[in-house]
Amino acid sequence: MTEAKDERRPAGELEASVMAALWAAGTPQTPGQVQLRLGADLARTTVTTILTRLYDKGVVERHRQGRGYAYLPVRDVQDAHGLTARRMHSELDRDNDRETVLARFVAQLSPGDERILRDLLESDDQ
Amino acid sequence: MTALLLLPLLLPFALPALARRALDRLAPVAALWAVTGCAVILAGCSLAALGSFVLIGLLKVPLFAGLGELIHPLRTASDLVVLPAAATSVGVLAVCGWTLVRSVLHQTRAFRAARTEAGRGPSAGDLCVVDSPRPDAYALPGRPHRIVVTTAMLRSLDGPEREALFAHERAHNDGHHHYFLGAAELAAHCHPALRPVRETIRLAAERAADEAAAASVGDRRLTARAIARAALAGQAAGPASSGRPDFAPAATTGPVPQRVQALLAAPLGPRAGRAIAALLVVCTALSCAASVVGMADFHHRVEVAQGDETP
Repeated sequence: MTEAKDERRPAGELEASVMAALWAAGTPQTPGQVQLRLGADLARTTVTTILTRLYDKGVVERHRQGRGYAYLPVRDVQDAHGLTARRMHSELDRDNDRETVLARFVAQLSPGDERILRDLLESDDQ
Repeated sequence: MTALLLLPLLLPFALPALARRALDRLAPVAALWAVTGCAVILAGCSLAALGSFVLIGLLKVPLFAGLGELIHPLRTASDLVVLPAAATSVGVLAVCGWTLVRSVLHQTRAFRAARTEAGRGPSAGDLCVVDSPRPDAYALPGRPHRIVVTTAMLRSLDGPEREALFAHERAHNDGHHHYFLGAAELAAHCHPALRPVRETIRLAAERAADEAAAASVGDRRLTARAIARAALAGQAAGPASSGRPDFAPAATTGPVPQRVQALLAAPLGPRAGRAIAALLVVCTALSCAASVVGMADFHHRVEVAQGDETP
């Protein structure tokens, strides 16, 4: 009964709960640990799905622990730029043909953006 | 008949007591609507009455009487009453206007700052986490609505309690409580007697959110515990201002023991507060009627003085 109720909640609310549990813990948490901390009757697969979604959005980090991952909240998303860059990376990682995606991305850049990219690359070369 | 215009200025003094009773007897949402509506209308009527006094006084001055195309002198009470009343009204209106503008500017600035801070931190769904050692939680209206919770607050509650806290803040956003708090803030600046009513409206909004949270998590006792724990955590950290705008409702606003007690008690029956609701309606109607009749009478006198009508 309660399980059905929790599973039906809007995705945003579930994400908020999982994120809150991660911040409350303070140490890296496996999906099983998060499930315990939530105190709600969420299936572990649901928790894992939500954690993966949060990772894709760049608000949590993860590292291998045993057969799965342990997650912890990203502390320094204070700079919105880093967050956007991380999101672009996770979008890139999701596509199989990375090269084509990158080529298309560059082709669609505005002249201003292109100049910024060139300046950045040149400053790297020096 | 001009004396009728004094009624809208006096009626707000009855509202604080009525409002507190209404909150005790009515369901929180009903009390929130009734008291806020009543406060706003009473504030509007008292401003209208003050405005009328100013106009009457102005038309007594020959220069403005000429501008108003008065051909007979305006028939009112003695100048000894009308002119000081007009002067006082001008002063009071000026002070009201000044504090209103200052408050609006201050709140807008606080709101922008709060949104910027919430936007900087990590967010998931509608939750914005602010990394801070000060336990705090509040609902931040806007598009989209957000709830802002500090890391210290997240750490001082367990899982189910966090859910209750989030449900409480979401209830504030879903109920658009910031409009009620904004209206209460404006009304409080229009008439000094409406200041204590602002506190009652805040408490009504908290009670409404408490009840909604209890219904949402399905456990009144758990909600009461979450509110109490959140309040104690905030208390321990000291009452430093977090800089959030006054219309952004926090989890720990208002007398927390009273809110916890109300949650632990059984919910009220639907018929409990008919009498108090009727009294609020009478109070509001009286204020409106007095202002309308007073202003109609004043308008008639002006027409007479302009020679358009016979007395």
